[in-house]
Amino acid sequence: MLKINVITDESATTIEIDGEVDLYSSTDVRKTLYGLMDQKTPVIIVDLKGVGYMDSSGVATLVEGWQRVKNYGGKIVLADLRKEVRDVFELTKLDSFFEIYASKEEALKEIS
Amino acid sequence: MNSVEIKIPSDPMYLKIVRCSVEHLCDVCHFPDESRSAIKLAVDEATTNIIRHAYQNQYDRPIIINLRLLKDRLEIVLKDFGISAKPGEIKSRNLDDVKPGGLGVHLIKNAMDVVNYEHFSDEYNQLTLAKFLPGKKEDEHAEN
Repeated sequence: MLKINVITDESATTIEIDGEVDLYSSTDVRKTLYGLMDQKTPVIIVDLKGVGYMDSSGVATLVEGWQRVKNYGGKIVLADLRKEVRDVFELTKLDSFFEIYASKEEALKEIS
Repeated sequence: MNSVEIKIPSDPMYLKIVRCSVEHLCDVCHFPDESRSAIKLAVDEATTNIIRHAYQNQYDRPIIINLRLLKDRLEIVLKDFGISAKPGEIKSRNLDDVKPGGLGVHLIKNAMDVVNYEHFSDEYNQLTLAKFLPGKKEDEHAEN
């Protein structure tokens, strides 16, 4: 069961995801992301510390999110990718496309 | 031959069952962590493609997955009864063109040593994936 937690800090809004992201659960991620985008949230950090598995449906959801955020001048970054998830981003060459930080704290520090 | 057959409805909620089964067999085969993750991902992507493309997101159609532990390889055969893919459609896309979707075939081909898609006379489609066992190279067993 995927758990999603949204935390709002001064400089960014963080989506903490815990669980496996696949075709089934990526709809929950999309719903949360789109909710924030509808409010034109300027900076979104997707914290993937709790994600041990992500397939291309999950990756596609984040790419869609990046496109929508870009349309209104916002920013979406990724933090704390486990090796299994980082491998997927590397294999699809998306590791150089997204801003990826070692941790949420590092992302917040760089962004602010 | 050691084989396990899994039959699931084409509902994404069952994907995890497939992944757990594949992961367990990969453990049995002593695949290293990296291969195990990649094989699990490849089978997940193949099953997802059946749900999305062959069955057009209808969630009540059958998917039959046969996991076969052969002498030199782990073979996974996925069968569906939906719309068949055209030969040109089963290919990796240009990764420099950043867009959502279309990454599944790339991940499947990256992980597996054998990827073979067949369409059987308007009845069913079959995707055969295989990974040679650690230490069992393709050329060593070509004659078997």
